[in-house]
Order: sequence, then C-alpha cells, then structure tokens
Amino acid sequence: MKKALLAMLGLLALALGGCSTDGGESITAVGSSALQPLVEAAAEQYQTEHTGVFINVQGGGSGTGLSQIQEGAVEIGNSDLFAEQKSGIRAHKLVDHRVAVVGITPIVNPKVGVKNLTMVQLRRIFTGEITNWREVGGKNAPIVLVNRAQGSGTRATFEQWVLKGRQPKAAQEQDSTGMVRSIVASTPGAISYVAFSYVDDTVKAVALDGVTPTDAHVASNAWPIWSYEHMYTKGPPTGLTKRFLAYIQRPATQRKLVQKMGYIPITSMQVDRDATGKVTRR
Amino acid sequence: MDPIREAMLHPSRSARLERRGKLISFLCIALIVLVVVAIFAFVAWHGLATFFENKINLWDFLSKSVWSPAVKDAHGNPEVGALPMIVGSFGVTFLSAIVATPIAVGAAIFMTEISPRWGSKVLQPVIELLVGIPSVVYGFIGLSVVVPVIRHVFGGTGFGILAGTFVLFVMILPTVTSMAVDALKAVPRHYREASLALGGTRWQTIYRVVLRAGMPGILTGVVFGMARAFGEALAVQMVIGNASLLPQNLVSPASTLTSVLTSGIGNTVMGSLENNALWSLALLLLLMSLAFNLVIRWIGKKGEMK
Amino acid sequence: MDAKRADKLMTGVLYAVAGLIIIILASLLGYILWQGLPHISWHFLTSPAKSFEAGGGIGIQLFNSFYLLLLAMLISVPLSLGAGIYLAEYARNNWLTDVVRTAIEILSSLPSVVVGLFGFLVFVLQFQFGFSILSGALALTMFNLPLLTRNVEDALRSVSFDQREAGLALGLSRWETVTHIVIPSALPGIITGMILGAGRVFGEAAALIYTAGQSAPALNFGDWNPLHVASPLNIFRPAETLAVHIWKINSEGIQPDAAAVSAGASAVLIIAVLAFNLLARWLGNRIYRKVTAA
Repeated sequence: MKKALLAMLGLLALALGGCSTDGGESITAVGSSALQPLVEAAAEQYQTEHTGVFINVQGGGSGTGLSQIQEGAVEIGNSDLFAEQKSGIRAHKLVDHRVAVVGITPIVNPKVGVKNLTMVQLRRIFTGEITNWREVGGKNAPIVLVNRAQGSGTRATFEQWVLKGRQPKAAQEQDSTGMVRSIVASTPGAISYVAFSYVDDTVKAVALDGVTPTDAHVASNAWPIWSYEHMYTKGPPTGLTKRFLAYIQRPATQRKLVQKMGYIPITSMQVDRDATGKVTRR
Repeated sequence: MDPIREAMLHPSRSARLERRGKLISFLCIALIVLVVVAIFAFVAWHGLATFFENKINLWDFLSKSVWSPAVKDAHGNPEVGALPMIVGSFGVTFLSAIVATPIAVGAAIFMTEISPRWGSKVLQPVIELLVGIPSVVYGFIGLSVVVPVIRHVFGGTGFGILAGTFVLFVMILPTVTSMAVDALKAVPRHYREASLALGGTRWQTIYRVVLRAGMPGILTGVVFGMARAFGEALAVQMVIGNASLLPQNLVSPASTLTSVLTSGIGNTVMGSLENNALWSLALLLLLMSLAFNLVIRWIGKKGEMK
Repeated sequence: MDAKRADKLMTGVLYAVAGLIIIILASLLGYILWQGLPHISWHFLTSPAKSFEAGGGIGIQLFNSFYLLLLAMLISVPLSLGAGIYLAEYARNNWLTDVVRTAIEILSSLPSVVVGLFGFLVFVLQFQFGFSILSGALALTMFNLPLLTRNVEDALRSVSFDQREAGLALGLSRWETVTHIVIPSALPGIITGMILGAGRVFGEAAALIYTAGQSAPALNFGDWNPLHVASPLNIFRPAETLAVHIWKINSEGIQPDAAAVSAGASAVLIIAVLAFNLLARWLGNRIYRKVTAA
C-alpha cells in the first residue's frame, strides 16, 4: 500500500518534471477523420525527411477540429467543411488551406440491380418519396436508407448537392465510413454514400444522370458531389506549421501522395468553389 | 523524564499510523468525490445551456420525437426531441437486464451452492474473460452475426432494439454474475445449515434462504449491469441502427442516448446548440442512472432481512 | 411437484445455465480466434501499423496497450484501495456516505465518451498534457475508479467481523487490523476485481480516442530514457492502443487489408486478456498463500 503510494508520487513527480523536456519543434493537427489518413501519411513522410520535428495528427471529427483551432488549442484544425458552414465558428478569424478534394458517390448493395440514377430519383429516395427499388428500375425490394451522422462533413456535402435544401427522411445513421460500407454491403436494398476511395467490390457505386463517379468528372465539376479537405490555422501560419502546410500543398506531394491515397489532388481541379457553393472556372 | 510517562503522554507509533492511514484513505475518497463532482458540474454546465442559453423548452425536449438540432421547425424552434432515444435506451436496458438476470443469478447459484469447484475453476475465468472482450469486438460480432440472424428470422433490416438487447445481454452478464456471486458468498453459512437441518432440500435452501438473504446484493448487481447497459456506446451503436425514430417494434432501427451522443459529439462545435443538445443527452443519462440507483436502493432496503 | 423433484429439476436447470454461459463464451472466442488467428504472424505482432498500405502490424499498439494499462492501474489501484478502505472501515453510516456511494455508482454508468471528452478538455487542453499516455491513463483511471472502489469495499466487507475483533483484541489499531488482517484475507476478491477492471481498461476505446489519441508514432525500442520523444517509456507521447486501432481501422481505415488487420488485432487482444488473466490469477493465489499462511 505504502509502496504503491510512493510509486504513484514518484510517477507524478516524473510527470511534472517531464512537462518541459520536449526537444525539437512540435505541432498538433486535430479534426476530420476523413482527412486524418492523408495528414498522417504526409506527416510521416515529412518527419523522415526532416529530423527533429514532431507532427502529431489526431482525429475527433471536423467539429472538434474547428472548435479547437478556434480556441487556439492546436496548431491545425482539419475539417471536411468550410468553417462558414459550421454554426458557432467565427470563420473570418481562421485561414483556410485546401489540401485535397474528395468526391462522394452514392453506393448501393450490389443485389439491388441499379447502375444509374437521375439526380431527381436520388433526391426522392433520400427524402423518402421513393421507397422501392422497382420504381427506379431495380428489383422489387424495399429501399433501406443509411445516413451518416448529423453534422458529418460527408453528409453535409451530400445533402447540399443532392437534397438542395429539402429535409431527408429520418433513417439509420452511422458515424463512420467503414460502418456505412459494411452495412450497405450486408443489408439487402441498402443505399448510402461514401468518399470514392472507400468504394470496393462489396458495394456498388451508382452513376448519376449517366455520369460515372471518377476523379476526372470531379475535376471538371461534371460530378457535382465533392468537397474540399481543409486544414485551418488561426491567423496566418508560421514556423513548422507553415512549412508542413506548404509541403502538403506542393505539386510533388499532391501528385504522388494525395493521388496514391485515393484523394483528388487540388492541383488537378479545373474549377473553384466557395463556401456558398458558387463555382468558377480556374 | 520518565520514559513511561513519556510514552503515556505521546501518541504511540501505532496511533500515529492509525491517524495517517485514516487520513490517506480519506484523501482517496475525497479525490474520487472531487472527480465525480467535477464531471457532474461539467456535464450539467453544458447540458443545461440548451435550456437556459438556447431557450429550449424542457418539456419539448423530453416529449417530442424529432431530433435534428441543426434544423428549425415551422415555428423557428430547433427540433430537439429526445423521446426516441429515451425510449430506445430504456428498451435495451430493461430487456437486456430481464434476459441477463435469471441467467446470471443461475450461474451465481451454480458457482456458490452447487459446484464451487467447477465454478471457480471454469465459470469464474470464463466470466472474467467475457469482461475483457472489448466492446468494439462485441459490436463487430453483433454486426456480422447477430444482425444477419435477426434479419433472417424476423425480416426487416435486422438492426434494432432486439439486436442491441442480444449484444448488451452478453456484455452485462459478467457484471451481474460476479456481483451476484459476491452477494451469495456473503450469506453466512449457518443460514444454509439451519435450513438443511430443518429438512429443506438444496433447492428449497437456495430459493427460500440463500436467495432471500442475498437479494439486496443481487439487485445491486442488476443495477450495475443496467448502468453498464445504459452507458454502453460503441457496441450498441453498431447494431441498433441509430435512427432517431420511435421504435415501431423490436426489429426496427432505433437509437439510444449514448449512440446519438457518441456519433454526434465529434461533429459539433463546442458551445453551439447542436453540441449543447448532446450534452443535455449526457445529463439525462446521468439523471436517469441516478433515478435507477435510488429506486434499487429503496428496493434493497425493503428486501433486507432484519 | 414435491420438494425432491423440484430440487432435481432446478439443479438440472442450473447446470444448463452454467453450460449456456460457457457455450456463449466458447462460441465468441471461437469466432474471434477462427477469424483472426490466420492473420497473426511474428511480423504482424512486431511491425508498426501502415496508414494506407497493406501489410501493417500492431507492434506499437500492443506495447501501448500494456503500458497504458500498467500506468492506469498504478494510479487507480492505490486510490481505489484507499477509498474502499475508508468506505468499508471508517465511513459512518449516514446520509453523506450514502450520497458518496450513489455518486460513485452513477459515475460508473457514464458513457465512456463523456469521460473521454472531459479528459480531453481537462487533461489534454487545461493541464497541457497533450494527446498522451498520461492523459489516457488519467481518463481510464476516472472511469475505472468507481468499479474498483466498489469492489474493494465489497471484498473488505465480506471479511467476517470476528477477524477484525481478533485483531483489535490483540491491541492492533484499526489501520493495522485493516492492513495486516482484513486486506490479506480479502485479497482474492480484490484481485478478481482488479482483473475485471484491467480487462475493461484493456478493451476501452471511446475514452482514449480524445485523450491518448489515435496515432502511434514510431518508437525507438533501443531508447529507454523516459524523457525522449521516441522512447517507449515517454508518458507524453500520443499512444494509440490496440482497441482504438481496431475501432479506427473499422471506421475510417483505407488499408486494403483492413478487415484482416482488424480480425487479427481482435484475436491478439483476446489472447492478451486471457494471458493477463491467467497470470493475475496465479499471482493472486501465490500472494494469498504467502500473506495468510493458508
């Protein structure tokens, strides 16, 4: 008992003493779980190329990323959404660094027998007006909607471009892409939406109005359901933060790493889009 | 000075140790209470903001069934109706407790009264292992085994309260069982001897004497199990479907307070209504488990053998 | 039905219940191991995880899990022992004690994500421990304490009063009675509770996502100075544990072999818990024999 207490005190002393012993420069990036793999991989590469720096990448969701960067608790806040789109964020204080683009596609259970939908059909499916696959040319099976959790960046993007302000039907919600995919893969008649890189052969991606979900179609904006991946800083970045952001945004990283990990390089986009959804050719 | 007088006037080593020991153990409990108070205050602070800062009507929060804090209804009020989650949470908690209690108590009786040797050699480690299986794994098995079976047998999507009940039942079984075992073990041996001496069979002894005497402890075990079921998030979230709809039946997608809380909290911004509304759910969770605790405490007092 | 028949019938039912529990566990274990064992290899157990390519291992996560467990238990065991002793031996039987007890029980029903967020705001941000093992261990302590305290208290209470009276009659102080007589004879119960707690800690994910973090930076296993960033012993480094890793690859993993890694990691987790369990049991028995001369 006494020994254990002593050990604990020793540990505490060690802990307090250890606070100030971090050598080298270190920064923390927190937020979007969709962006996390990319930032992690980039940080890993950066750290092997530049010794003595430490980049700590954590998930936690876009909301966490934006609130923590707003508080100034971390150096970088990762987000799937424009800061302007999140209530409770004073966006003008944050500086946006777009590091990649993510295309989002509807996916269905492979057995429903549908390859193509019109945008209107897709909208009516998610608002609950169409409830059977027969109505859109599939087999006779009820449609099972699977949504992402409220407030998720993927869901916000999907609803912005598909539902256009209409209310979705209340349905199942899952808070991660992996769960959504495995549920769609195993549930007959299920439909949901994921980022391109998560589509595999257990689910079927659906074309919209004849346009297939490909990187090229996103780059030309022929496929409208896509979003930027943002890394926000509070005020202009300095020091390691600045160098790291430049490293991710430089063409070489974009071409190799970003592409390899299934994101769409920001450099290949032919259009720009702002927080209100206005598209301009670049 | 006279050494005897000296020894009498000053507290002995043992007394000093006693005082120090009491102080240390008191500090431990004080620290824990401090932590509890801090968490309560923290949750209450954020949770009450929904009602005081965002001016949500408490009654609407408890009785409406549309949960969509980011969206405003026809009157311009945000839609924060927590009823579906309340129903879902209570549903899975009570159902899983109802399924788990008889089995847990049965196992406890087996381990203490029928075959203590087998009990401690086989069942005890088995139960401890069940606790060690992380909830992520339970959820995953639920998703890949329980949900398809339910879909096959009952139709629908398979997600819902029934699937949640199955998963939670296995998860709370060890908690309830080990606490029931402790309760039965604490029943003095002479109670059993007295009953057997009166000619009671083993079952009569168990049923009329041991179970009666151990009842408060068993009930505490059940609350603990229910508390765990109530607070469990990851596993339930994977199998219940997370639809904020009032459950129509046991196999339609539903949601619990924890599943909505866990899946939403990372996507909201601290201090916004969406975030506060989620903390209100956490507060509700705390208050409900408080209510549970008080009810069971009362039952325990009533059932105590005088 | 006469009493004898009822006795036989119920004995049968009880055997069936015991059997049922064993079947449930056996099928759970069987399923996990059957799915996961084929993926386990020495390489898998020792190499670091890959964030987007196939062939990643769980070496660092495995180490992190054990280290975090050790730290969390190091903090929570003495605290819960002290608190349990106070509740069982010193606390008066009044409303205040009741309130304290109820508060502790309620704390244990709090969803771990709330504890995790509390830990995030307090340890990670307020105390500036960052995403670190220390923050994780403190968060785990908070969520482990109620269970352990309750367990210690129960174990101490189940020791019969004769023993205490005997100790007091020999002129020992109350504290000496507790440390020399009551705790040793309550030890098996306490250790069982600790094992249960450790199992919970080992498999916990939600409380750690926001505290210990979900990234596992490369470690240098040649450097055991706890003050170095890459040292395995550093308590200020972020540390993804095995359970968090399973959660992460199931939720956002883009490794082509995510399902295999997840199955393999689950199997390793179960095996680790099993091994830990057996070890603790053996150790508990030995200690019990030593201190009680039984």
